[in-house]
Parts: sequence; C-alpha cells; structure tokens
Amino acid sequence: MMNWSRRHFLKNSAKALAAAAVPAAAYELLTPEILAAVRKGKGPRWAWVIDATKCVGCGMCVQACKRENEIPWETTASRTWVERYVVTTDGRVLIDSPNAARDGYTKNNPMGEQVPAEQIAKGFFVPKVCNHCENPPCVQVCPVGASHVTDEGVVLVDRSWCIGCGYCLQACPFGTRFFHPVHKTAEKCTFCYHRITKGMNPACVDACAFGVRKWGDIRDPNSEVSRIVRTERVTVLKEEYGTKPHAFYIGLDRIVR
Amino acid sequence: MPVHGEIWTIKELFVYPNENIVWSIQIVLYPYLTGLVAGAFVLSSLSHVFGKEELKPVTPFALVFSLALLLAAPLPLLFHLQQPQRNIHVLFTPHFTSAIAAFGVVFSVYAAIVASEVWFTYRQHIVESALSLRKAEGLPARLKGLLYRVLTLGSYDVSEKALKLDERVATVLAGVGIPVACFLHGYVGFIFGSVKANALWMTPLMPVIFIMSAVVSGIALCLFTYIVIMEIRVIFKRPSPWGPERGHPSAMPQRETDIQIIRIIAKYLVFFMILALSLELLDLVFHSYTAKKPYEILQTIIFDRFAFNIFGLQYGLGMALPFLLLLLPSLSIRRAFVASILILFGVFMMRWNVVIGGQAFSLTFSGYMNYQLPIIPHDLDTFKEGLAGFLLLLLLPFGLLWLFSRFLPLFPKKEKLSPLG
Amino acid sequence: MRSHVFRPLWIALGLLALFLTARALYVPGDFGVHRGDYTYGWYRTGNEDDWKAVQVKHKGKDYCAGCHHENYAKIAASKHSRIQCENCHGPARDHPMDPPKLAVDRERDLCLRCHADLPYRPKVYTGLPGGPIPMKMQNPEVHNPGLPCVTCHSVHTAGWK
Ligand code: SF4
Ligand code: SF4
Repeated sequence: MMNWSRRHFLKNSAKALAAAAVPAAAYELLTPEILAAVRKGKGPRWAWVIDATKCVGCGMCVQACKRENEIPWETTASRTWVERYVVTTDGRVLIDSPNAARDGYTKNNPMGEQVPAEQIAKGFFVPKVCNHCENPPCVQVCPVGASHVTDEGVVLVDRSWCIGCGYCLQACPFGTRFFHPVHKTAEKCTFCYHRITKGMNPACVDACAFGVRKWGDIRDPNSEVSRIVRTERVTVLKEEYGTKPHAFYIGLDRIVR
Repeated sequence: MPVHGEIWTIKELFVYPNENIVWSIQIVLYPYLTGLVAGAFVLSSLSHVFGKEELKPVTPFALVFSLALLLAAPLPLLFHLQQPQRNIHVLFTPHFTSAIAAFGVVFSVYAAIVASEVWFTYRQHIVESALSLRKAEGLPARLKGLLYRVLTLGSYDVSEKALKLDERVATVLAGVGIPVACFLHGYVGFIFGSVKANALWMTPLMPVIFIMSAVVSGIALCLFTYIVIMEIRVIFKRPSPWGPERGHPSAMPQRETDIQIIRIIAKYLVFFMILALSLELLDLVFHSYTAKKPYEILQTIIFDRFAFNIFGLQYGLGMALPFLLLLLPSLSIRRAFVASILILFGVFMMRWNVVIGGQAFSLTFSGYMNYQLPIIPHDLDTFKEGLAGFLLLLLLPFGLLWLFSRFLPLFPKKEKLSPLG
Repeated sequence: MRSHVFRPLWIALGLLALFLTARALYVPGDFGVHRGDYTYGWYRTGNEDDWKAVQVKHKGKDYCAGCHHENYAKIAASKHSRIQCENCHGPARDHPMDPPKLAVDRERDLCLRCHADLPYRPKVYTGLPGGPIPMKMQNPEVHNPGLPCVTCHSVHTAGWK
C-alpha cells in the first residue's frame, strides 16, 4: 500500500512537474507578436506603436485623417482623436478632447478651465485610434457580417452591407466607432487601408512631425514595431476586456481612460 | 453635421468624442414589446400546457394578442436601424456570434408557431365563417368571405375527429412555444448582457431578468386589456363588439365571471413579480458587493442620477405599489386595473433604466451622457427615434388586436369555443 | 398525408424555399467564411477591394517635390523637415489637375498647435536626425498677439523672414 502510494506520488509529481514546465514555456511564448503569428494566414499583421511621451497635442493627425477619409469637418466624431490629461496639484484630473482635437491644443484650458502652470502636477496628451484588436468584440457582435477582420488583422466595415444597428458601437470598449453622418453606416479607423495596401503610411502617421505614431508588421521580428514591443516597456489600453488590442503605447499613465 | 445620437445626447465631463446615446427610445420599446409577446404567450399556454383550466376563457384572447404584439415587436428595431431597407441581411447572412442575428431566426420560428397555433385554435370558426359567407351579398362581406376561405388553407374538415386533432396540435404548439418564447426573450436579454464593454449590462443574469419581467409585463398587459374590453361592454351595456355574434342576447355582459379570472391572473402575476424582483435585486447586490472598477460610476448612476427612476418609479410605483394592490384581500376590478397599469409602467421603466441608464455613463468612467427624448419631430431621425415614432409603435399592437378581433372572436362563447370549449 | 394538420407546415416550408431562393440571388458570391474563422472572418471579400479603391488624398512631400523642388529642399534642410507640405497646404489630391490651386493656412492658430507654450507640452523635440533640441514655444497672449506668425517668421526655413 505504502509502496503503491509512493510510486503513485512520484509518478504524479513527475507529471505535475512536466505540467508545470509546459505552461511556464507557454506563458513565455504568449507575447503579442507570437500570438499574432499563430493567427491563421500568412503575410503581415499590422499594429500600432504610439509613443505618448512625444505627443504635443497638435492634432495634425486628426486633421489629416478627417480629410483623407472624408469625415465631415464639422462632425465632432473622428476616426482618431487626441486626449488631454491634466492633473492638478490638489489631485483633480481634468480630461478633454474638444472636437476630437481636430484643431489641436493651443490654449491651456483643460475642460474649459484655466489652470495656472504652478498648479499642474502633470499633464500629457494621448492619441487614440482603433486598436485593430485580435479579438474584436465589435466584429463578434455584428449580426450581418459587415464588420470583419482582414488577413492583415485590419478591422473593416462593409459600407454596402452594414444595417446600422449600432451593436458594434456598443461593443467596442474604446469608443472608436460612430455612425458616418453621410453614409449612415458604422465608421471606424481602417488603418488607411487604401494607403497601406499601396505601400504608403496611414495619413495620421505621415502628418505627425513628432514620430509619435508608428505602425508596422508585428509578425516580422525585424520591423520597428515588433522591436519596440519586444524590447521596450509598452502597454495596451483596457487589457481587461480581453480584446487583445494591437495599439501598443509607450508612456501611458494609470489615469488614462 | 451631427452624427447619429448627437441630437439627443448631452455630454458631461469627459466622454469619448465618438460616444453618443445610439440606442434610444426604440431600443427601450423593443425589449418591452418582445417581453409582452412572450408574456402574453406564456399566459395563453398556461391552460393548455399546465392544465390551468381556470384560465381557459382568456386563452384565445391572449394568443391573438401575442400574435398582434409579435408582428409589432421587430418594428422598433427597424425604426432604429440606420439602414432599415437592409434589415433582411440579418436573415440572409446571419452572424450567429451576434445575439441580434440569433434573434432573427428565433423570431421567425416563433412567429410560425404562434401563427399556426392561432390557426388551429380558430379553425372551426374560420371554416364556419367561410361557409356561412359563401353566398354573402355586398363587397365587404364577399371580401370577408374570401379572406376566411384563404384562411381555411383549403381544408373544411370540421369533423369531431379533426377538431380533437386541432386541440392536440394546439397543445403541442403551446408546449413548444413556451421555451421558444423564453429563448426569444432570453436572447433580447443576451443582446445587452453580452456587451462586455458596458458595465451595467454585462451580467449573466440579464437574460433571466428579462424573461421574468417579460412574463410579468405580458400578463399585466393581458389583464389590462381584458379589463378594458370587458368594462367597455359593461359600461355601454351592449352586446360584444368583438365577435360575429353581435346582437345576440347571449353576448350580454356577465360581470361575475370576470373577477374570478382576474383574481387567478393576479395570483400568477404576483408569483412572477416576486421572481423578477429577486433576480433584479440579486443583480444590484452583486454589482455593489463585488464593486469592481466601474462600480464607482455605476454607483452614481444607480443611487444618484437614476435613483428616482429606479427606486421611485420602477420599484416603488411599478413594483411595490401594484404588489400591495394585488395582495390586499378582496381584489376588485378597479384595483386590478390600476395595478396592471402600474406594472406595465414599472416594466417599461426597467427597460428604460437598463437601456438609457446603461448609456448614461461614458466608457471612460469619467463622464456622463444625458438623454433628451426628441418630442417634436423635425427630421426623419427625430421622428423615428422620438416621441412620435415611439407612440406609433406602442399603440400599433392595440390596433392590430382590434383588426384581428374583426375576424377572430377574442372571447368566444362557451358553446362556440373551438377546440378549447 | 392529406390531413389538414400539416398545411401550416407546408406554408412554412414554402416560405423557407422562397427565402432561400431570394437569398441565393441577393447575397454576393464572395460572401462567406474566410480563414476558417466564422467569428471574425464572415464577410464579403469584395469589401477589401472597395476600401483599397478609396482615393489617396494626401500624396506626401515627395509628390510635391516633383515640381516644387526649391521649397522642398528648403524645408528638408530646416528644422521643419519632418512636417508634410500638406499639413499646411491641405491634401494634394490630383493637384495640379484637381484642384489646380492649393490654399495655404496662414492662421496664427496653425503655428500655435505646436508652438503655444502649454505647461504639459514636451519641452524637447526629438524628431530631427541631429539629436534633441529644445522645443520653441511662445505664450500667444504676450507674443505679438493678433499678428500672423508669418509676418516675421518663415515657415519653410523655420527661421526669420
Ligand atoms: S478598438 Fe474597438 S473598433 Fe477597433 S477592433 Fe477593437 S473593439 Fe473593434
Ligand atoms: S452597425 Fe453595421 S457594422 Fe456595426 S454591428 Fe451593426 S451591422 Fe455590423
């Protein structure tokens, strides 16, 4: 009896050891770029790297995006936008993004409030864009197959098929979607699909003179984005929703929404 | 150029630029109507499936009402779509990972079941009317006769055996219909419950909560309409306008039977109200006990901005008060009537608080969105998703019920009742 | 079976057949499951081509260099070298055919997008190959308010007029 249980114990411990070894290795492998590579399909998988520490809040990206993608200028919604975060010395957090920052930030008036420089503990700008998530809930909830993911991981909406139910607008935790005021269909960042498929940069990337926005193939270990994701401290927004966002940020703060 | 939703959304503090209340009044109405469908159907099935003999007199009425509601139920969704002409895509290329796509299929199946059950229930009446109107004079009567003839589907067999068969099939359909009705409405709950981005909606209890309140509202609606129809007859002291036997002395009002049925229905109502309330409270308690990250803002919604809506209107006026009214001894018609209105209102407020309340706070958890219902329509959007469109679709089922009652007697006389009599 | 019981069923089946026919005619042939992934790959492939066909409006400064080499070279040598011509001149589209002329934004507010002195704006500019330089920032309320910046400053050389 004793004997049996010891053997049993030993055998089980060996099993447990092996079992422990496997997940450990698996966790190591679960880096975003490897995960992306496991995806079915070959070729590139596009991703963003956004260096928020360099953003000056000029909003040129928003201006370029709106013009490039024909989002009416007078519309408050935008495929990309820039948020301003200001924390005062007494701990208040002021956040705004007037008109999606299409005109940039030219005044020190967070939330319409004049805050003297000496009362500001910290402040910064955060550009936002569709994360082209690996598990996009917006696509999952689309009842008709109008929202979908391309082989390169780009999340697109079929304007000829969308019924305009708004379910995807509810499902995206990042608030990136809206209804196009002219086409009356769900609208979102397309990664400038018409540009990147011609070897160009997305319009916002070109418009940024500060090198805040980078994009590239996260499956290619030599691309700039995979090098940064691999070697630098990056984070993603709202990871808790499990959507696996593919916009990797440098220099985010915990107050970022 | 405003994007959809901007007209009736007032933002406060920090809300993402693209966020607006995109699911507005019609999406409040949509689960409300679907719930009424399910509830009315459950009521109509109780006598068949669970042998609740005492409910038999209201069975055909509840069934026809369920059909009327059913036809109206997808319209709010249609009104809300930005591309309504493409609605058929939901059935043509359904994406079943979406609760809305599943709704399309379940709805179609359910519609087929309810329509068939109505057919089997009224077949004898249809055949008899078709035969008696065969030689009718005048255009309206001839048209009516034609309609009845089409409705017979070419079968005039009203032998004893055939009628027995009808009853059996109706019972089977009622039995199959109950889970489908719950499914249908469960899916509506799932539409909300599965949105993980929305902290107020995302709970596995949502489908069950929706089913329970659906049954409550459906039964309350039947009670309400039943009383209205009966009281109209009593008040005007005239024969029933609801059946072809108008003018017949046997159709004179019989008030005594009414209160019995009302008391029975009230009992079921109270039972389902208790279930609904406990589930909703469980959800509330869980939100506050687990107090996860979004709770800070949920708290301000539940206990501040929507406190009057939730505790005053939904629970107080729409739950506690009718509960008392129904439970106090010697229930009168008037009290039951008031209670049923309050319950209907309460369930509507529940839908409102879920749909509008769920969008009253931003995904940023640092801002709010206030909803302003467009009253006076000045363009298509403000009509479709404003007070006018809402009232139109809210009243539509009653119009349909009236229309159906021209052809199908809602409260057939005992001896004429087929096959339920 | 000749029993009446099945008549509603036949009607339902007839409707179903009608529906399936309509569906076959209406739904584009390239609609389907792609990559074996129904959750994220259920769509019409033609949509990718639709999006690819969108007109490119911002052509990039190399396109401008084709004609405006002088200005291109001036900017390239200046501290504004990373700024696209189209940021201030608007998208080229098919310029010079359409539109034949591009406007230029001379507003003070345009310069202030980067050069207004906000307390939380990065103080250093790292965009140039020569290494980081201090960011030129002005308080617009005291620095010649009301005057367009281009009165004194030259945008193309990032220097004085
Ligand atoms: S960020 Fe939003 S819109 Fe973009 S893929 Fe993720 S869920 Fe979809
Ligand atoms: S709005 Fe359009 S893209 Fe979004 S879920 Fe509905 S049909 Fe799909």
